[in-house]
Amino acid sequence: MTDAKKEYDDIPGTFVFDQERSRQGYGVNAFCMTLMKDENRKAFRANESAYLDQFGLTPEQKESILKRQWNRMLELGGNIYFTAKLAATDGLSFQQVAAIMTGATQQEYADMMLAGGRNPNGNRSKAEWSKK
Amino acid sequence: MAKIVAAVFSSHVPAIGAAIDNGKTQEPYWTRVFSGFVETKRIMEEMKPDVCIVVYNDHASAFSMDVVPTFALGCAAEFPPADEGWGPRPVPVVKGHPKLAAHIAQSVILDEFDLTVVNKMEVDHGLTVPLNLMFGSPKEWPCPVIPLAVNVVLFPPPTGKRCFNLGQAIRRAVESYPEDLKVAIFGTGGMSHQISGPRAGLINSTFDKAFLDGLAGDPSKIIAMPHVEYMREAGAEGIEMVMWLVARGAMDAKVDEKYRFYTVPASNTAVGHLILENAAR
Repeated sequence: MTDAKKEYDDIPGTFVFDQERSRQGYGVNAFCMTLMKDENRKAFRANESAYLDQFGLTPEQKESILKRQWNRMLELGGNIYFTAKLAATDGLSFQQVAAIMTGATQQEYADMMLAGGRNPNGNRSKAEWSKK
Repeated sequence: MAKIVAAVFSSHVPAIGAAIDNGKTQEPYWTRVFSGFVETKRIMEEMKPDVCIVVYNDHASAFSMDVVPTFALGCAAEFPPADEGWGPRPVPVVKGHPKLAAHIAQSVILDEFDLTVVNKMEVDHGLTVPLNLMFGSPKEWPCPVIPLAVNVVLFPPPTGKRCFNLGQAIRRAVESYPEDLKVAIFGTGGMSHQISGPRAGLINSTFDKAFLDGLAGDPSKIIAMPHVEYMREAGAEGIEMVMWLVARGAMDAKVDEKYRFYTVPASNTAVGHLILENAAR
């Protein structure tokens, strides 16, 4: 059985956190939730790989977390409000993570926001992105 | 009889809370944002609501992926500020109105809206930032608050139509409450923003302004808007705006626009703000 095609899959640069992603990413998000507590943040920092083994992650999910592949985490079922807790644990500001996800420097990203943000024109469909 | 006197809409950007908590409100970047909420505080002071129903969403603070209620009504006596990773915000504990909340739950569930009742819940910036924007930073919030947490994190959130209809049911509930109370209902979140993935930073002022026009005028078009359109046009996280329709649903078909403000950006987000009152009859 193949997954039903979803209209929002055509939105470029976007991983919609839907029921299917949520199912796959439960462990990723459960891990991130534990980072609300300082004792857990310390245990994670002391041995990231061993700490992650508690959450039934796939090898791909574990790798994405260890390598801080922020987009890949979302693709594999992480949700931004949860992965933001990992960013905070790393001492990153939200804008720093946003910049990394977009492939911009923090300054470039901040300048873009101050200038009114990313324009929707040219950013509505994957076809528009493939022309870039 | 209790009645809904106004609908108050605003973004609930966490960075706004951080600016307040860290004394940055006088910096030029932030004066641009806060200047839009000066008149608001005068209006709220004049309105003096007895209770505010605040429609907002939790951001992985009170609700993890273990339990995801679509609509969760806060029926507790108080709601402490949540620790979102930097310690709880230094804002007053939010006092509830358990009696009115219980009445609303009883009424809307029999009206076929199957709410989750929550008797223990911490509230994050989604709820406390709008309180700051409307009331400033008092020692105690000026009135009890009934939180209504809507899931907009796990797709799909409730449809705009469902949100609007719930707002209508909440109004019926409020109007069947015997005590004379002035109730304001807040719709929070948005406006356009995307904070996830390579398309992060998306802002769509045209969409936002049309949405504000729709709320203030005829909302039928925005009520029918599919989720994919919110996400494509206003960013993946712009879908938070469906929550504004709960507040709009609690109002008359015809409303007066009391106040409006819009600015870009606050951090990653377009800030919109609107106060509506029922039109004089």
